[in-house]
Amino acid sequence: MNKSEYMDLFIEETREHLQFLNEGLLQIEKKPDDDGPINEIFRAAHTIKGMAATMGFEQITEITHKMENLLVKIREKDLVLSTAISDVLFGCVDTLEQMLENIIQGQKKEIDISYLITQLNNFENPVHISKIATINESINNSWNELNEYEHTLIVEAQKQNLNIYRFSINVSSDCVMKSVRVFMVFKSLEGIGEIIKSVPSSQDLEDEKFDNEFTVYFVSSKDKENIRKIINQISEISLENLEVYSYENTENTEKTAGGLEQEESNETTNYVKTKIHQTVRVDINKLDNLMNLVGELVINKTRLEQIFRTNDVASLNETVEQIDRITTDLQNVVMNVRMVPIEQVFNRFPRMVRDLSKELGKEVNLSLEGKETELDRTVIDEIGDPLVHLLRNAIDHGIENPEIRSGKGKNKAGTIRLIARQEGNSVVIIVQDDGQGISLNKIKEKSLEKGVVTNKELEQMDQNSILNLIFSPGFSTASTITDVSGRGVGLDVVKSKIQALSGNVYVENKEGEGTKFTIKLPLTLAIIQALLVKLGTEIYAVPLANIDETTGITDDLIKNIQGQEVMVLRGKVLPLVRLSEIFEAGGSEKPDEIYVVVVRKGEKQIGLVVNELIGQQEIVITSLGKLLSGIPGIAGAAILGDGKVSLILDVGTLF
Amino acid sequence: MEDIQIVAFRLANEEYGVNILNVQEIIRPTLVTRVPKAPNYLTGVINLRGNVVPVVNLRKRFGINKEKNNDNNTRIIILNVSDLKVGIIVDSVTEVQQITKEDIEEPNLIEFLDNKYVQAVAKHDNRLIIILYLQEILELGSENTVKTANSKE
Repeated sequence: MNKSEYMDLFIEETREHLQFLNEGLLQIEKKPDDDGPINEIFRAAHTIKGMAATMGFEQITEITHKMENLLVKIREKDLVLSTAISDVLFGCVDTLEQMLENIIQGQKKEIDISYLITQLNNFENPVHISKIATINESINNSWNELNEYEHTLIVEAQKQNLNIYRFSINVSSDCVMKSVRVFMVFKSLEGIGEIIKSVPSSQDLEDEKFDNEFTVYFVSSKDKENIRKIINQISEISLENLEVYSYENTENTEKTAGGLEQEESNETTNYVKTKIHQTVRVDINKLDNLMNLVGELVINKTRLEQIFRTNDVASLNETVEQIDRITTDLQNVVMNVRMVPIEQVFNRFPRMVRDLSKELGKEVNLSLEGKETELDRTVIDEIGDPLVHLLRNAIDHGIENPEIRSGKGKNKAGTIRLIARQEGNSVVIIVQDDGQGISLNKIKEKSLEKGVVTNKELEQMDQNSILNLIFSPGFSTASTITDVSGRGVGLDVVKSKIQALSGNVYVENKEGEGTKFTIKLPLTLAIIQALLVKLGTEIYAVPLANIDETTGITDDLIKNIQGQEVMVLRGKVLPLVRLSEIFEAGGSEKPDEIYVVVVRKGEKQIGLVVNELIGQQEIVITSLGKLLSGIPGIAGAAILGDGKVSLILDVGTLF
Repeated sequence: MEDIQIVAFRLANEEYGVNILNVQEIIRPTLVTRVPKAPNYLTGVINLRGNVVPVVNLRKRFGINKEKNNDNNTRIIILNVSDLKVGIIVDSVTEVQQITKEDIEEPNLIEFLDNKYVQAVAKHDNRLIIILYLQEILELGSENTVKTANSKE
């Protein structure tokens, strides 16, 4: 048997459980009386321990083992969760993440965990260890080997009408890696119920310190047959002595009070701990491939439609329509598969906000809304960093210190709202704080000082333009450089990253009341609707998302202001850009028939003068490749219905 | 250098060759879409069965002033260099040729031949075939081949 086969599984699952740990710890920190989370994190730690032991990662096993001990005490209320304890636990989670990262990168680095272990040991009362049952050498056929704590668990289970089982598992003597079998047994049992105890202890089982047989005490809503079935699915082991256990009198909880019963008890419905996710893990590359194939299909579909239109073969009509429908459906399905809830990104923020606000001595409540909003996988991967940046800014610059806040009559704890929602074909993410807002005067000062604008330019700017200066490169308002933010590479990076995702970011500000950043992103990046326009003989595609409207004008409506061509559109002055000049495409507009495509970039509107409007089409964005990357104004290429390559306009970098 | 197989082609008055391992396929000229503001030796992009592939005009790259219109012999050689697909326009493709290592001269051994685009010169049938240094032509950096060249010295 090869351990590396389980490596991917191990990494994925450990990651998931670490996330549980993080979430659970945050929850119990907020509501220490709630028993739910502590059980959850206990289970998560336990599972990680089991898996790590099987895979031979001793350090992870050691830390999680110690964590477990500590968590047991908290669960039994022997220990009150103090900030100090939760800090240590968080520290453990961080270290575990670090270790996992090392494993992923194939580094065999040892991390020094002695400090953590000492701290964990300090909190853990050594007296307690004796209570956790030591290994019973002989397996006698009674329930006596349960300790008090485990008895309480059984009593609890019985109150919930759960079945309590005891059975022995026999691992065949020629089995090569017994611990893996044990792990599989535990894993499948944990899927349907809760293991109360095993003899020998799980630690010894994982270390293969047992002969061929071990006993398990198990609580589940499933009946005997179910358990038998599940266990028998695992090869090289057999199930023996399956007994159902019942207490006659729960008050009379002596260790001998158990009686045995062969009858099967009824299935119960109130046991809802097991969550079954009907999901499949798929390599993202496979999805990308699938997406590419669908893209090619869409290209060919468009070609087919074009051929059909020019040749007008009546009998083709139905087939072409069918293919159109199927391709559209297929495209939607594949797109949906690539969609991931933004939760994945949001989940790491509560922890980050907690640590950061603690470090800065501020009180911050983070509220997450619309976690279920879905975005394309590629966008999800990229959006994390900009959001981290905005959140850090909000905590560092936005939210005031508690004293200042109470002085202003605000709630001592600041609130940061992180909201995600879908709006048509876009997803909007809002980062809003109720801090001090951005001082326009400070922006003016700073941008002058940093040379972002000149005095003269500043005079001509309205409030909004001044506010938007914060997105300029080299701008940072923090007067002192902190660890957190204020290194001068700030919002401009956020902005360019979001623009690279074909999105946009806006800022709203009320001095003294807070700041609101709104990020608008397209739902998907691969296939978009575009308007095809003609410049000379060349065809370009303008993404529909950037277009506000199109209009036809005549030459005499174009006016000149200081050498800049403009037109008046419904009372507003609209600067014009002749695309064929920018792209040196040749071809001039007929003076009586000029088409203007009004595009938007952030707050700015601009009119693109083109020779001809061809029409709207679905296009698949293809990269131009390394040799042609970074050309201003060009986002990529698309293959049109007639097989020609057309370039896609990038409004973000055009002006 | 070891024995290699090359695809030999003509451009202006010279004969050139590229390692056959870098050649994906050879196609007839097709419609090239111009990319504005691109380097002048990049003619544009073509549609190669649904893939967008950039095309290099070697004449411009080599500074050959005389332009030539496409004719019946014009071909585009699709190359695969360091995972990058790119086409080069050539006047005609002559043959696939086996070159033994004895017939290969490294350019630094030849006086007055100091051209960064030339990887080696092959003698064959009384012809001289210039074997191109694709990484340099495509500006992909030169680490790999410099190392091999040094190790041979």
